[in-house]
Amino acid sequence: MKKRTLATMLMASMTAVSLIGCGGGNAATQAAATTAAAETTTAAAAAAETTTAAPAEAQKELIKVGIINNDPNESGYRTANDADLKAMFTEENGYEASFAYSLKNDEQINAAQKFIQDEVDYLLLSAADTSGWDSVLQDAQNAGIGVILFDRTIDASEDLYLASIVSDMDKEGETAVNWLAGQGLDEYNVIHIQGVMGSAAQRGRTGALDAKVAAEASWNLVTQQTAEWNSEKAQQIVQSVIDSGTPFNVIYAENDDMAKGAVAALDKANISHGVGKDVIVMGFDCNKWALEELLAQNWNYDGQCNPFQASYIDAVIKKVEKGEELGEKVIIMDEKGFDATEITKEDVEKYGI
Amino acid sequence: MTLKKHISVSKQIFIPIAALVLLAVFNLLVDPAFFKISLGHNSAGDPVLTGYLMTILDYGSEVAILAIGMTLVTAASGGQDISVGAAVAIAGSVILRILVGIGGDGSLRAPIFVGFLAACVVSMLFGAFNGMLVAVFKIQPMVATLILYTAGRSIAAWINNNELPIVTDKSFTYFGGFIPGIPIPTPFFLAVVCIVAALLALKFTNLGLYTQAVGINASSSRLNGINPVFIKWLSFVLLGLCVAVVGLIKTSRLSSINYSVIAKDIEMDAILAVALGGNALSGGKFNIMASIMGAYVIQFLTTTLYKFNVSSDALPAYKAVVVILLVVISSPTVKDKLIGLQKRMKQQKGGGQS
Repeated sequence: MKKRTLATMLMASMTAVSLIGCGGGNAATQAAATTAAAETTTAAAAAAETTTAAPAEAQKELIKVGIINNDPNESGYRTANDADLKAMFTEENGYEASFAYSLKNDEQINAAQKFIQDEVDYLLLSAADTSGWDSVLQDAQNAGIGVILFDRTIDASEDLYLASIVSDMDKEGETAVNWLAGQGLDEYNVIHIQGVMGSAAQRGRTGALDAKVAAEASWNLVTQQTAEWNSEKAQQIVQSVIDSGTPFNVIYAENDDMAKGAVAALDKANISHGVGKDVIVMGFDCNKWALEELLAQNWNYDGQCNPFQASYIDAVIKKVEKGEELGEKVIIMDEKGFDATEITKEDVEKYGI
Repeated sequence: MTLKKHISVSKQIFIPIAALVLLAVFNLLVDPAFFKISLGHNSAGDPVLTGYLMTILDYGSEVAILAIGMTLVTAASGGQDISVGAAVAIAGSVILRILVGIGGDGSLRAPIFVGFLAACVVSMLFGAFNGMLVAVFKIQPMVATLILYTAGRSIAAWINNNELPIVTDKSFTYFGGFIPGIPIPTPFFLAVVCIVAALLALKFTNLGLYTQAVGINASSSRLNGINPVFIKWLSFVLLGLCVAVVGLIKTSRLSSINYSVIAKDIEMDAILAVALGGNALSGGKFNIMASIMGAYVIQFLTTTLYKFNVSSDALPAYKAVVVILLVVISSPTVKDKLIGLQKRMKQQKGGGQS
């Protein structure tokens, strides 16, 4: 009896360990694994150099890039962003890419230091936090490594990086608020569900709405709460407003997940939402499922936050490699806002992430 | 002996009840509308009860279910499992993988029951893994479960190949919402089922007695013929079962999953529920009903704070205040003082009468 339990326990733990082995590959350990892979390829290249010259030269032409990103599980945005980078920085496109993922700034800085030691040609960075990057980027510059920021800016001197490819979050907020103002409601009673406080996306998307509410007498905030990008928290916040009986007619959620949570609370209370209904639902990020909600006219608006920076980064690297002048340091990507009455099936396929 | 035990148990459940009454009175004074419950219909046309109290029953049930398992783990191993949030993500991911699968169109490919069963098996396996580290290798529970805490959400994402499956079938929403025709939120019924099952198991098996014995003194319980390794391990497996139920509720609420935020920090609420229930976090004696009450108290507090528009990122600070108060009140120093005070008051009374 005792032996049998021990055996089952062992079995169970073995499966669990093997699961962890694979699962870890998704995030933390992948950085190590890919760098290890990169090392072996360089080793192979070195070996090839001694034997035959031709393939070695082919290997040499690869541009080494070290990519530091946030955890791809963080959101649909990040997953699409990571997939886009992985699709662009391949050997076929002339790159040898190593990836490191973390949501923590210090771990990201460690990864950057490792990439500098590995002598990458370019360091691509989506920083978890805006501060603390000066010294490591200085090291990179001293080592002759070109730094390109994507998605997120940092508080460091502009001289330390080649380019910064970002979304204009303020503009995203303005586009959305202008669209909402264009709906011509007599009164705007807005439930404002914010992202993680202090993040660039939250600040930009909140700023525009705050300004409008301050300027117009007919615009009121029923509640303004952070749900930290979390759909469950958003559901509870909206539930709380419904329970209190305060009237509202707009849900301004700073991402799609939170809009979804809000809608779940509305459905529970039989409050109609969408085109021509009682409550206007607004989201951001343009997840495919969210755009489908727009297509079904259950939601009214979705603001895009473009995750496809890889082609912009590629263009910058190509320019540098050719020795061309770079223009503006800050490159702002094109971003749209979708209206449920105008969105088409093609838009869903093209812009959905 | 039995009388003494009875008194200590009733005293224990007194703590969460007192907290609950305190919160209720506070809300009653500030805004009696807090207690209003109204019968309405949801968008599917089914009758539903709404109101703050219903919200508390609804969301509190998740933590209540976890509190059952967490109490057992705490009592047996004298430590806590901090990986339950990540484990809920895994359980939810398994359910969606079975029901919709990778690249599915949202329609059900398997009965919900099968998905749930698979989640139970997987969660219990992970529980068994944690349990083995704690029971066999004698690793501190918090350290042992830190492994899954760190890796769990990545595992959850990996199970579905990092996709976000969405279930379109309406029947899947019943578990985190309402069963058509029944106006009380389903999570509450699921919690009741779990609570009844746990209480029956404690009443009709030796589980409760053995768990207490192991928690109080593992080596002396071994000398008395109880296998402490097995009991500790079992408590983690049972927690795994609770995790699977919560995974079902959580994924059903939104018919989808977000690996990085689903059930975020729920382990802290579960542990807090155990502490609020007056259970010693160092193991030994325990009272499951007190933990469950603790879970609903936490949700009562959360809902109250939401009602007063307290910024949700400030919620942990308020919870921290509650924890500090509780820990201080239940600390031996304060307890002795209180008992001393009680005795003196009795003596004075006695003196006055004579």
